[in-house]
Amino acid sequence: MNIADVVSAACLLAGCTLSLIAAIGLVRFPDLFSRMHAGTKPQVLGLLLVLVGVGLRLRDWTDIGMLLAVAMFQLLTAPVAAHMIGRAAYQGGAVRQDTLLVDELTSALEADDPGQSGRT
Amino acid sequence: MTVDPHSSESSGHVPERHNGVQWPMLIGLTVVWVLLWGGLTVSNVLSGLVVAVIVTLVFPLPPIVFTGRLRVRGLAVLIGWFVVDLVVASAQVAVQALRIRHRPLNAVIQVDLRSRSDLYLTVTAELLSLVPGSLVVEARRSTSTLFLHVLGVRDESDVEAARRRALRQEGRVVRALASDEELAAYRSEGVGR
Repeated sequence: MNIADVVSAACLLAGCTLSLIAAIGLVRFPDLFSRMHAGTKPQVLGLLLVLVGVGLRLRDWTDIGMLLAVAMFQLLTAPVAAHMIGRAAYQGGAVRQDTLLVDELTSALEADDPGQSGRT
Repeated sequence: MTVDPHSSESSGHVPERHNGVQWPMLIGLTVVWVLLWGGLTVSNVLSGLVVAVIVTLVFPLPPIVFTGRLRVRGLAVLIGWFVVDLVVASAQVAVQALRIRHRPLNAVIQVDLRSRSDLYLTVTAELLSLVPGSLVVEARRSTSTLFLHVLGVRDESDVEAARRRALRQEGRVVRALASDEELAAYRSEGVGR
């Protein structure tokens, strides 16, 4: 067991812990947007740490290439997915105002000419 | 995405969807294909190229207007801050998730970006979505405006801090990617506020 194995194990453990916390957050947060925070943040870093841990353990360029592809797609797609859900929630009126201190989007949407509501 | 036809801003103009061959796209898709097959062989590269040509012909995308240049120092600062932000954000959200009997208060704020570029708007939005307590709910390219959902604000000063954080993120993106003219325009716009 060398130093790379130790670092790999630490990364795997930390990554799994973060993913677990993300799951707990999903259950515990009260509304859709807070849940998306739990989904994008600790889980993204958690997955990256798991990938680093796996990469350090495998030490094979073919596998590392595959892990890089996984990391890249995760970083590219997570914000897009969250954005689409967020937009749909706003347009479908699924936003809980009681969890918001400030809401500048609802007023901005209302200020828009109804004929241009599709323009974003 | 449709754009107000009366808009006179150049940024309100959507570039035509490309029907020709986009080389950067082809190379990128081929690299992904080779990565997925897990081996750099002649047949992998050739089949990847064929698939890439088909994909770009069937799903043409508007070209990304990129006139700037990569600045190594700006890029290093951008990536360094991104990693720091990612770790801090994860810790903050984790703490929020685990606190007993705690209802985090949130905010949806409007951030008017200073630059007028699809690329910087996209990169800034992507990074903001991945980092501290913020999530992009809505983006308007005609005015370069982002609407962010911010997790765990206590008062007005937290809201303003989140707004400044978003603008600093944009500044780092511009300093990493912009050309000299764009950078000068960005700076003068910043002074004008």
